[in-house]
Amino acid sequence: MKKLIAILLLAPSLGFAASGGVVLDPAPVNLHDKLSLQRGAQVFVNHCLNCHSASAMRYSKLTDLGLDQGQIRENLMLASDRIGDPMSTTLDPKEGKAWFGVMPPDLSLVARARGADWLYTYLRGFYRDPAAKSGWNNTAFPNVGMPHVLWEYQGSQALQVADKGAAKLVLDEPGKLAPAEYDKYVGDLVNYLVYMGEPARAKRVQIGIVVMFFLAIFFVITVLLKKEYWKDVR
Amino acid sequence: MAVTNKPPVTGAGPFNGVLTWFDQRFPLMVLWRTQLTEYYAPKNFNVWYFFGSLAALVLVIQIVSGIFLTMNYKPSAEHAFASVEYIMRDVPGGWIIRYIHSTGASAFFIVVYLHMARGLMYGSYRKPRELTWIFGVLIYLCLMAEAFFGYLLPWGQMSFWGAQVIINLFATIPIIGEDLSVWIRGDYNVSDATLNRFFALHVIAIPMALLGLVAAHLMALHETGSNNPDGIEIYENLDPKTGTPVDGIPFHPYYTVKDLVGVAVFLIVFCAIVFFSPEVGGYFLEYNNFIPADPLTTPTHIAPVWYFTPFYAMLRAIPSFFNMQVWGVIVMGAAVMIFFAMPWLDRGRTKSIRYRGPIYRAFFAVFVVTFVILGYLGVEPTNVWGEFPKGIPVVGGDYIATWVARVLTAVYFAFFLLMPWYTARDKEKPVPQRLT
Amino acid sequence: MTAIVLDQVDEKKRRFLIVATSAASAVAAGGVAVPFLGSWFPSARALAAGAPVEVDVSKIESGQQITVEWRGKPVWVMRRTPEMLAQLEKNDALLADPQSGSSKQPDYVKGAARSIKPEVFVAVGVCTHLGCSPTLKKEVGAASDMGTDWPGGYYCPCHNSRFDLAARVFKGSPAPTNLEIPPHRYLSDARIIVGEDQKG
Repeated sequence: MKKLIAILLLAPSLGFAASGGVVLDPAPVNLHDKLSLQRGAQVFVNHCLNCHSASAMRYSKLTDLGLDQGQIRENLMLASDRIGDPMSTTLDPKEGKAWFGVMPPDLSLVARARGADWLYTYLRGFYRDPAAKSGWNNTAFPNVGMPHVLWEYQGSQALQVADKGAAKLVLDEPGKLAPAEYDKYVGDLVNYLVYMGEPARAKRVQIGIVVMFFLAIFFVITVLLKKEYWKDVR
Repeated sequence: MAVTNKPPVTGAGPFNGVLTWFDQRFPLMVLWRTQLTEYYAPKNFNVWYFFGSLAALVLVIQIVSGIFLTMNYKPSAEHAFASVEYIMRDVPGGWIIRYIHSTGASAFFIVVYLHMARGLMYGSYRKPRELTWIFGVLIYLCLMAEAFFGYLLPWGQMSFWGAQVIINLFATIPIIGEDLSVWIRGDYNVSDATLNRFFALHVIAIPMALLGLVAAHLMALHETGSNNPDGIEIYENLDPKTGTPVDGIPFHPYYTVKDLVGVAVFLIVFCAIVFFSPEVGGYFLEYNNFIPADPLTTPTHIAPVWYFTPFYAMLRAIPSFFNMQVWGVIVMGAAVMIFFAMPWLDRGRTKSIRYRGPIYRAFFAVFVVTFVILGYLGVEPTNVWGEFPKGIPVVGGDYIATWVARVLTAVYFAFFLLMPWYTARDKEKPVPQRLT
Repeated sequence: MTAIVLDQVDEKKRRFLIVATSAASAVAAGGVAVPFLGSWFPSARALAAGAPVEVDVSKIESGQQITVEWRGKPVWVMRRTPEMLAQLEKNDALLADPQSGSSKQPDYVKGAARSIKPEVFVAVGVCTHLGCSPTLKKEVGAASDMGTDWPGGYYCPCHNSRFDLAARVFKGSPAPTNLEIPPHRYLSDARIIVGEDQKG
């Protein structure tokens, strides 16, 4: 009986194979690598804020990445004046809707909603598709309205459909970066997006370690107290 | 009325004077004695008996964290989602408060389900404790409503569409359904009006109801005394010298001290989740809820939070008959309401599962497994186990999971509806006189 | 024949463990209180909104005053004329606190002029009585509507408090102290920043 229950409780793992359908590449996330986060922030500001906002993220918070306010102002604040301002886009919502069909969504929480692996796969999964409105399609997000903003870095890929129906992405025209370099480039950006999704994360884990130590001691004290009193119970 | 002639308070050191003043004007010492130091509880409480005090602890945690969230949360469709991120990023320590509240919501249900399981296993609902059980089921209903209203507040995609789906259930009621749904929403669609009223219900109305019901639940319990894992009534065996139960021990200090250990263990698990994995793989904080509510885009997979999924699986499994979809709603409602009937469905002689016969034990084990599998099915989409091959009669082409859910729903109800029959016939073991 | 037999009671150990548990619980309660009570401190949004404000003083003509908003309050920036500055030295008899002993001002703001550079005057335009914003009355004597003895200054319409052109309060005013001078510093000759102290 107990074995049956144990097997049935493990059954949820069977469900994972049935989701989505897209194979996701693991993203090289390392939130302790401040230089990677800084590079990612630079890519984000240069290439993403033109259309996407990140309105829950203030520029002043970027000091988390090991930068001071002067460096943030010089390198990362292209459209805003005040260091406390949120990262907004200059794209007008009406124009965004007209050009892309839908206003490009705010990216503050995209890493928590989609996951790092999905973002990493998505940003490396664009391919040329003449049938698409922007001329680009994507393996992780079929018929996406977004064009391949980073095409100059990656180059352009094509989707080759092999005999057995399995599709593969092939680099047609190389870009400024070699594939391994582009992977690192996107890796930095995804790293930054993960950080931006939850800036408090590093602090959360830090405080958590201290709390667990304290609770371990608290547990021991309460057990000793209980045992002492329960000597009375026969 | 003159100040009463009670004996002064002793044993509290420097506080004796103040406490005596207080006790002469308030039933302080009476309460201290009758509810704590002279409330005799069975000495054999096991691990299943921790969850009552833990439920009270989680209630306090949710109220305190909830109050502080309300200080910064904005209950309007325009600002709600952004105000939650404001709490997470801009309010100093706001993220801790948010994670405590989201973890506490799931923790509440884990603790309450285990507490209910204890009640089922040891017959805590049996005479004379039927009213304690009834107040408990009412608390469970209020808790489900509280969680449902609370989940709309972040105004994410899951918040919005979960509310949309559940309120649409009321629309399936014949004749009055549509108007009822509009009345509940305050609008033709889930909107700002709905959000604001759910906020009022979640923050004030139901918490007050919960506090009242918890007080009633404890008062009813203390009137009859606690049950125990052997199902024996300890007040039937009193010590001739003291008049207290031979197998009873004062709640304070013995169970206050023991419950404190339970609290410590609970906090270790709770804090591990809050600080290291508050999302719990999307089960405590659903990924889709990090996307702001969009009335024009339905997420591909809407599932309620895990604690509702057993009932959701039942709802989905029942097909429409006579052009009405209300049957699934009725079955889902009945699955919750049937808990009220427990004291009267159980016709066994023994209270505790320890002395029950094989039929009851089998039904109970199957009931628990059924509940868990239904819960899993409710989380997953209906095609999770694929389809039956087309050739098979009746089920051919249908989703396997749907038929499994239908069978399990029947099994779930069988546990309750057949209980008067199998508990009367079961071969039970002899119940000892003294606690083991 | 009860369940409780008190033959192994170690009072000392029990007292010690109760104290230890209470102390640990107090630490836990304190630890929990920190984020909850801490959440009442100004949020990043409030800090951003209350951030220092830059002012271009080169555009202010002699004798003119502009008002900027800092932390929700009006801050006056006035370019005083040499006549105004000279008058400040002569006002002592009229004033309750000519040396600004009890007034709220940074220690780098000096003398009768109560400013870093004498011509550029920066003050919080909120009356120290009950918070109204006084009006500038810079005309002197008969040219003003404040009487022939009026040396030029500020007049609060709510309860008649008067201040000179260094915002020092007149004797007999309901306002108890001179107006507050906010922290500020020069970024360059032309720009000051209100809300930041001078370093050093």
